[in-house]
Amino acid sequence: MANLKVADVTFAYEDTAIIENINLELHDRELVCLLGASGGGKTTLFHVISGLNRPQQGRVILDGEDITGRPGRISYMLQKDLLLPYRTIEDNVALPLLIKGEKEKAARQKAAPYFAQFGLEGTQKKYPHQLSGGMRQRAALLRTYLFSSGAALLDEPFSALDTLTKSSMHRWYLDVMENIHLSTLFITHDIDEAILLSDRIYLLTGKPGRITEEIVIREPKPRKEDFNLTEAFLEYKRKILEKL
Amino acid sequence: MKRKLPSITSKLMPIAAILLILVLWQTVSGTGLIAKFLLPSPVDIVKAFVADFPLLMGNAKVTLLEAFVGLAAGVLVGFFMAVLMDRFEWLYQALYPLVVLTQTVPTVAIAPLLVLWFGYEMLPKVILIVVVTFFPVTVSLLDGFRGADRDTIRLLRAMGASKMQIFRYVKFPGSLGQFFASLRISVSYAVVGAVISEWLGGFEGLGVYMIRVKKAFSFDKMFAVIFLISAISLLLMWAVNLLQRKCMPWEEKKESEDDR
Repeated sequence: MANLKVADVTFAYEDTAIIENINLELHDRELVCLLGASGGGKTTLFHVISGLNRPQQGRVILDGEDITGRPGRISYMLQKDLLLPYRTIEDNVALPLLIKGEKEKAARQKAAPYFAQFGLEGTQKKYPHQLSGGMRQRAALLRTYLFSSGAALLDEPFSALDTLTKSSMHRWYLDVMENIHLSTLFITHDIDEAILLSDRIYLLTGKPGRITEEIVIREPKPRKEDFNLTEAFLEYKRKILEKL
Repeated sequence: MKRKLPSITSKLMPIAAILLILVLWQTVSGTGLIAKFLLPSPVDIVKAFVADFPLLMGNAKVTLLEAFVGLAAGVLVGFFMAVLMDRFEWLYQALYPLVVLTQTVPTVAIAPLLVLWFGYEMLPKVILIVVVTFFPVTVSLLDGFRGADRDTIRLLRAMGASKMQIFRYVKFPGSLGQFFASLRISVSYAVVGAVISEWLGGFEGLGVYMIRVKKAFSFDKMFAVIFLISAISLLLMWAVNLLQRKCMPWEEKKESEDDR
């Protein structure tokens, strides 16, 4: 179970408010997207939720527990894959378990069964530079998942990939999510990506950033491959463009 | 096939250059163009080397021992200073200028002082070697630690990692390349440092041997010992390369891929 609640969060950097009065909720196994222009405070909000930065005002609550300013509770995946070049993929993926204090061997064993599920078979002993961008992103996602206690923040996880890789990663991601217990809040500035993947979308706009709109995508999952060509999809897109 | 050519010539070129210099040297010195006692010929040097081989090896053992002990101590000191200066900002600010200052003090000038304070045995030599070898290690490790990727550190912090864990998983392994680069420098400093400190006071070692043959005007032996010292330094640097390849297997895979 993982229910995340962000209550009335304001964060300022040197007297300039970056985000103001942010309220949002992430329910169990939900995939919620935070959509907004670059530089709108999305990453700042993630730093607050992950506990890296303490907000001037407001609280972050995970399953009823106040985790404001306490890192190590919610997994966080940054834009770059940030795999350590000197560790093999299995050792990279197992890193969060090591940090939690598990022994090297136990951590590897715990990670092993997920390689197939994430489409990473055969990469265990390879180094990051031997993998393609898409595969590296998968490994980073597996690392994020192994770190999680049920909730994850993904900061533009697919934005560095080329268009073709990106759409195949979307399909892969939705497949993996079917079989995995994870509540995900993710950032994007790509409207199509947001509609395609999310259960709900929050729009973050203005300066300082505020949540101005919540849009529910009522399309059953798993979504069909041609969802982004349907009239319903375009209707959502039109609505979002209007509000942005 | 064509792409392989440059790598062969790049290996042949330096060998050819060295051979050419040796041949020139032999003719200049062998034909008496330059007096033999001023510049002995390569053949004379080899002869001197063979004749004095047991003596050279005995002295080399002493010098190498000093160099190893000094280097090990220097690397340890350098490592711990870098770790502490990275961990505590005030220590960095306080010590960094001092560390740089130690490198402006000429080695040759402090060696006699060290002899006066600590005698003619091993201790003053080891201290001198520590002074010259810790610096490259400290500076390059500090560079590596402080230059660690900020996003990676952020990621580990978000995972709840302690400072110790961030050091262990990010800062230290990320600085290994710089560490080995500095170790290559320190190794040659250690050998030269040992020889210099032997010049200025001691009973055995290559430096002492050097002073003796100089006083006897045996320039052939002088050159023999110079070449021996160079050879030792080269050998040690090569050993560091080997160690680096053992410690950083991921770099090797990268290189072999670039070749393809």
